[in-house]
Amino acid sequence: MSSTLLNAKDISRAINRISHEILERNNGAEGIALVGIRTRGVALSQRLKEKIESIENLTIDHGILDITLYRDDLAEGIQKPELRKTEISFAFENKHIILCDDVLFTGRTIRAAIDALMDFGRPSSVQLAVLIDRGHRELPIRPDYVGKNFPTAKSKRVQVLLDEEDGEDKVIIQEQSK
Amino acid sequence: MLLSTKNILSTKELTKQDIQKILDTADSFKEISTRAIKKVPTLRGKTIINLFFEPSTRTRTSFEIAGKRMSADVINISGSTSSSVKGENLIDTARNLEAMNPDILVVRHHCSGAPALLSQFIDSPIINAGDGSHEHPSQALLDLLTIRSHKGDLAGLKVAIVGDISHSRVARSNIRAMQTMGMKVRVVGPPPLMPPDFESLGVEVSHNLREAVRDVDVVMVLRIQMERQNQGLLSSLREYSNYFCLTSESLAKARDDVLIIHPGPVNRGVEISLDVMESPRSLILNQVTSGVSIRMALFYLLLGENNANPN
Repeated sequence: MSSTLLNAKDISRAINRISHEILERNNGAEGIALVGIRTRGVALSQRLKEKIESIENLTIDHGILDITLYRDDLAEGIQKPELRKTEISFAFENKHIILCDDVLFTGRTIRAAIDALMDFGRPSSVQLAVLIDRGHRELPIRPDYVGKNFPTAKSKRVQVLLDEEDGEDKVIIQEQSK
Repeated sequence: MLLSTKNILSTKELTKQDIQKILDTADSFKEISTRAIKKVPTLRGKTIINLFFEPSTRTRTSFEIAGKRMSADVINISGSTSSSVKGENLIDTARNLEAMNPDILVVRHHCSGAPALLSQFIDSPIINAGDGSHEHPSQALLDLLTIRSHKGDLAGLKVAIVGDISHSRVARSNIRAMQTMGMKVRVVGPPPLMPPDFESLGVEVSHNLREAVRDVDVVMVLRIQMERQNQGLLSSLREYSNYFCLTSESLAKARDDVLIIHPGPVNRGVEISLDVMESPRSLILNQVTSGVSIRMALFYLLLGENNANPN
């Protein structure tokens, strides 16, 4: 059984709002760069980039981060995600990096992503944008920009579907399939 | 299971899926070597032992750098400084090393089959880094990665392998891997350096370099192994060079976009001329760069499998 948390319209509104929040908090788009975490954080970061660029009429840096090599659960033998490329071709110095991911849950992915970012340089700041915050943090990590807060039971599974990857825009919640 | 095999002993036992997986993983690792901080924490706390009973700069350094870029601890042991000098046999040496709980053993040995023999006594995964004239699988994989990154798809490509085929572990590993990937292989060299059983492997045999390189996408030049040339197989190096040295003249009929590769070390002017070696078609140094990514991928895939729970 699954039910829909957000539909395509809701997602697009959330992206619009977050874009404005990012601009407000950073006093414009000067010095900001977006980095998406594979897989679905990439599509989100690209949408935010397009939105921010159309509002401010300038281009901002964009990168893609694969955090597989920084995970803390590789040795535990959970199904290994496909390793893909990290693509970051701009300097981090004096940049405000907005890290983007689809769902914020335990915080372990973000911990790995911050470690990975630091290997590329020393940004002025790192901020976190997520589409869904579902709670259950295991590390002291909090998002700066949230599409929707949605407290969930730990046993549920929140799934973000995005046009670029899945052919449609939707956020659904379902029982964990065993 | 990430790979169908626990050890990397030969390319014969690698499936097409294995090779594809290794090349794709290596592709993702390339970028790490171009960073300012060339290190990821993935294999923190893992120990890799390089056990080399034959001289090597490229291969040993490549395995060592690959391990270190993944944050593993790498220990190098060379034959001349090991207890084998005191008469300890290979299996005892390896068992003693294993008693110190390494996670991977990388072995180079002058005897064909030495790594395979060790794999029967040792639980840790073993990577064959060259055994006698048998196989050198990581070299074949890095050659494939180099070719793939320049040609896109491997299937259907034609390759000429030139030189001392019968003593070459590089040729043997490449022929098998290339055939698995759907490539066509032609071996080129003087009859004494060409083992009769190679035709049964399904390769074409040629003794005419100019004609043999005509329609191929890649020419792989092998090193004339000076250390193995005291058996009277060649009358002289000069005679060999006259017929089989890859020069711009012997490449006259070749395609413009032909790629030149060589596993190194190169005997300049013996098997390949200076100008061909330095030409833009030559990918000899690209191969060395690919080697680090391939070995990172092997460590990653082997150690992942080693730790995976069967669920």
